[in-house]
Amino acid sequence: MSPLSRREFVGAGIAAGAGLVIGFYLPHGNRSRKESFSPNAYLRIAPDNKVTIVVARSEMGQGIRTALPMILAEELEADWKQIEIEQAGASTLFGDQTTGGSASIRTTWDPMRKAGAIAREMLISAAALTWGVPRSACTAESGHIKHAASNRSLSYGELVDKAATLPIPSDVTLKQSKDYKIVGQRLARVDSPAKVKGEAVFGIDFRVPGMKYAVLSRCPVIGGKVSGFDDKESKKISGVSYVGKIGDSAVAVAADSVWSAMEGRRALNVNWDEGPNKDLNSAGVMASLKQAASKKGVNLYSAGEPAKVSGRHISAEYSLPFMAHAPMEPGNCTAHFEGTKCELWAPTQVPQDCRDSVATAIGLDPDQVKVNVTLMGGGFGRRLEHDYAVEAALVSKAVNGPVKVLWTREDDMRSSTYRPASLHQLSATLDGSGLPVGLTHRIIAPSISGQKGQPVPNGVDPDLPDEAGPVYGIPNYLIEYVLAETPVPLGWMRSVYALQAAFALESFIDELASAAGKDPLKYRLQLLAKDQDLTYFTTTWHTTRMRGVLQLAAEKAGWDKPLPAGHYRGVACFGCFASYMAEVVEITMENDQPRVHRVVAAVDCGQVVNPSILEQQIQGGIVYGLSNALRAKITIAKGRVVQGNFDDYAPLRMDETPAVEVNAVPSPEAPTGIGEPSVPPIAPALCNAMYAATKKRIRALPILS
Amino acid sequence: MADITLRVNGSEKKVSVSPETPLLWVLRDTLELPGTKFGCGAGLCGACTVHVDGNPIRSCSTPVSQVAGKSVTTIEGLGANGLHVLQQAWIAEEVPQCGYCQTGQIMSAAALLAKTPNPTDDQITQAMNGNLCRCGTYERIRKAIHRAAGNGGAR
Repeated sequence: MSPLSRREFVGAGIAAGAGLVIGFYLPHGNRSRKESFSPNAYLRIAPDNKVTIVVARSEMGQGIRTALPMILAEELEADWKQIEIEQAGASTLFGDQTTGGSASIRTTWDPMRKAGAIAREMLISAAALTWGVPRSACTAESGHIKHAASNRSLSYGELVDKAATLPIPSDVTLKQSKDYKIVGQRLARVDSPAKVKGEAVFGIDFRVPGMKYAVLSRCPVIGGKVSGFDDKESKKISGVSYVGKIGDSAVAVAADSVWSAMEGRRALNVNWDEGPNKDLNSAGVMASLKQAASKKGVNLYSAGEPAKVSGRHISAEYSLPFMAHAPMEPGNCTAHFEGTKCELWAPTQVPQDCRDSVATAIGLDPDQVKVNVTLMGGGFGRRLEHDYAVEAALVSKAVNGPVKVLWTREDDMRSSTYRPASLHQLSATLDGSGLPVGLTHRIIAPSISGQKGQPVPNGVDPDLPDEAGPVYGIPNYLIEYVLAETPVPLGWMRSVYALQAAFALESFIDELASAAGKDPLKYRLQLLAKDQDLTYFTTTWHTTRMRGVLQLAAEKAGWDKPLPAGHYRGVACFGCFASYMAEVVEITMENDQPRVHRVVAAVDCGQVVNPSILEQQIQGGIVYGLSNALRAKITIAKGRVVQGNFDDYAPLRMDETPAVEVNAVPSPEAPTGIGEPSVPPIAPALCNAMYAATKKRIRALPILS
Repeated sequence: MADITLRVNGSEKKVSVSPETPLLWVLRDTLELPGTKFGCGAGLCGACTVHVDGNPIRSCSTPVSQVAGKSVTTIEGLGANGLHVLQQAWIAEEVPQCGYCQTGQIMSAAALLAKTPNPTDDQITQAMNGNLCRCGTYERIRKAIHRAAGNGGAR
């Protein structure tokens, strides 16, 4: 029996025509908000047998509208065909609704299962009472309660009235994984048909009758402000109805159509006060990281004393640039300000932050702001910012009517928040057999949360505990974080700091293997040979599980088998968001550039909820990671972001995309993150393959810079 | 402003817009067909792909005046008689993740199959390389095109 906190279940009751309603609490992800226990999603079973599951996380492609309901439906013993999905907007009824940190499944696994199980048990009780038979003689199956002895059956819909009058059980027994019928199945995503028909409503597609369209001219220099503007030519454009300053650093042009607004912006003349960063450039950013490196940081992980061990000493420095998320749907938000209230339709990963930030910006209380969550054309962390929503609300207030604010691709590239540039200093001491007895990894990077004015407890950026942990059980092992400063706006980008940490560590481990004259796979397996538990903040990493994914990837890739002439392999492994990942890359070199032919991935993320969605996430993460590794680089010159569109910031296309094979270690453990863990290992695995081919080490990303 | 007549998904439409307005915005804002997406505004990503007289074009960088009198097919008109075989294949192979680029991907693929009923991998790559997908669905797109070709995708 699993103990159930009363606070997790706020009540079950009958509302006229609404059937059985069970509210339940889902704990927040890693970007926590301080809210008291409150319901966060709802299960609604109607008398007509319709089961509605409200999803309180945002769908940005990761399949959450399918996977979360599967978990609840499993325990409910529902017929999957009777499930309907409802998207929750921002609410005070919910806990933290942030979608990020690969956290949706791992943090809602228990509450979703318990909510389904509680409903199931109450329906069983209702049927037993109806028939006057013992509960133990009744079973739940495919949306019905059955009494085998008398061959009777009632649908859930027929039982909701009675079930709603019963007390909520304080304990429920959860199913064992061997009995799962829904969890673990390749169920089709609920959102595919609308998406292939062009009927899916993304933020950009949402319309309010009579709404205007607005684009904003933002200061091209980071931190600059509007000093004045001339809208004479702008207002001559047919359809332009409003030109005005929004905040300190932007001027909005609103019009009857997107195109008129864009034309109006082209004709607009803004004078900028370029501010303190007008001479900032990328070389200066790197210099400031190097300067910060001279400071002592804080220890993220510490075992033994690596400075005191003796042996062969090896060190190397790695660096990574700023990167942009570049989701396919550019930023947008629709807002309708009406004096004492404001409604928004936002493609957002943070509905509650949008609500609160909008309320502050336009002078309303949070409960006067309603945020509806639309589908998102990709998120990758970019929509963890509330900037689009605040702009839309301010423009709506300025024009006193509904407005859709739209960003162009150039707006998105140049006024974004970026993955932090970082510097990594690694050093190791090898013993006589070539294995490291000591290893130090110094991560020098600005803090995303710190820049946003959020808490940075003890000088540790709050994302690092999920993303930069130890991989190997090296006896003297130090991971140190030095907080650097930068004026360049920072954001959480898919896998956040794990990408930087893995690139540096897993490239360096390859350097050590090479220095020791050992096979890079066998070297890693030797480092993981001993079963060890490595506790890093609140996560305990197990060398057994890391070894498991490495062995699985190597076996499936045929690591020991010879390759065709001119083909080379590289390997890397990493753990983040509580999941274990290993990737083997096979390449050839053409004109000094790598061509990736095949990637074999192995993951241990505990129980797999939907294997097809898992494969999507891993395949997609590897393509995303290859884009990062090969070309993703945001350059700063004269305080401005240089890149503007998909020509100078060029993600992978079909011609560069390898075949990706996904293997999951079967596991009954609770599920862990899957949206991000496949991203970090791909860059070092690729660079290690390039080293195998060329004997040249890549120590700075992107590879093709 | 000019009055421009074009055929969209089989129906004649008259719009009153400035002639240099990209077809994309006429489709989305004026004709309220939002299945065609805005991704880059510069013909670099393919999210806005539609057919003009059967050929795939980037509607974000095609002035509406250039398609006056021509026949435009958007995703909304592709499966006019139920799901197009490519849309079926896209569902069967579970291609979409965020789904934003997929309507443009399908329009590019439909133009390919219309001319090349059984494309090779190289032909698929060549036809689809202008369509970006940040979710990285390319391999499933390839599989879906092969599946559709096997199911009479050329029609």
